[in-house]
Amino acid sequence: MISFLEEWSFFGGSILLILIGLYGVITKRNLIKILIGLSLMDTGVNVLLVSLGYVENGNAPILTSIIKNNSGAFVDPVPQALVLTAIVIGIAILALGLAVTIKIYEKYGTLDISKIRGLKW
Amino acid sequence: MKFRNILALILIFILGFIILQAFNISPEEGQLVINKFGEAEIENRTAQLYINKSVNSNNEKVVFAESNNLESGSANIVTSVIANYRSLDTLGEVTVLFLAATGLAAVLYTNKKKKRNFIVDEASLILKTGVKILFPLLILAGAYIFIHGHLTPGGGFQGGAVIATAFLLKFLADREYKLAEHKLKIVEVLAGVSFVGLGLYALFTEGSFLANFLQTGTVGTLFSAGIIPLIYLSIGLKVGAELTSIISNLIEV
Repeated sequence: MISFLEEWSFFGGSILLILIGLYGVITKRNLIKILIGLSLMDTGVNVLLVSLGYVENGNAPILTSIIKNNSGAFVDPVPQALVLTAIVIGIAILALGLAVTIKIYEKYGTLDISKIRGLKW
Repeated sequence: MKFRNILALILIFILGFIILQAFNISPEEGQLVINKFGEAEIENRTAQLYINKSVNSNNEKVVFAESNNLESGSANIVTSVIANYRSLDTLGEVTVLFLAATGLAAVLYTNKKKKRNFIVDEASLILKTGVKILFPLLILAGAYIFIHGHLTPGGGFQGGAVIATAFLLKFLADREYKLAEHKLKIVEVLAGVSFVGLGLYALFTEGSFLANFLQTGTVGTLFSAGIIPLIYLSIGLKVGAELTSIISNLIEV
């Protein structure tokens, strides 16, 4: 059971996060909840990318006074660099989405997408 | 349970099944598959070149506080990927953040003063006093994180986020707090121009955009890694200013 969790909590869990976020985006009607779903999908993708580069008992890819040379086991630094980019882009998208949500609320007085004129689901 | 929810569940199960298939492909000769968890083969990946700092040279051994004049002198390998090997990507990323901040300001722009249609209680004494003590310390912590980005975990984006947090606390503590928007813009523009300026200077002296034109020094000392600390300084100030302007725009609606 523990080994199953160790092996699948990162791959399976991150895919589960992506799917939960997608379910929220599809079924919820509140714009804030849709944005939460998008943010969950974002997090899931990030966790999946980082866990693809994991090495058993690997260290963080930083040379320090304890890990003095590059022969020790490091985890893959490239996915971490990519995920750092993805997090920042995710924040930018979330902020822009919230701004549009504020404007929609000012114009229509509701956050329910089924009550906004011109959008039918 | 509505029909729409059941449809969504079915769609999600199909999608999850398809994604999981990617982990079950049995490898054929010379085919690349996804490794099992915890068994990533770093030796066969590009990452090994970055760890050895030997993309353009033949370097095998990097020793902390001994090796000098390496290809990229940063002790933090993630930083050397972000701010040296792939700094053009980082320039694009900063541009995306800048566009998002500008777009947010454009979407939320109103030229008539609205009065708030909700009443905000004044912040408690604990929050007010705590912010007074914490504000300079948070700015200091953010600056430390992005100046030491090539030595310790962290970097420009993280330090910028910490600086924006300091301003968020200030907004929470004082409801009437107004930001000097044009000063923020000056910081942002100067940081962005210095990032591009470093790249252009490298283009004229070294022949490629954002190449490292300084001595990389000894791994693990503060004045090492060439232009990486300079790039991270500009990124940190720029990200801090942009996130602060996002917060101030969202809070003043």
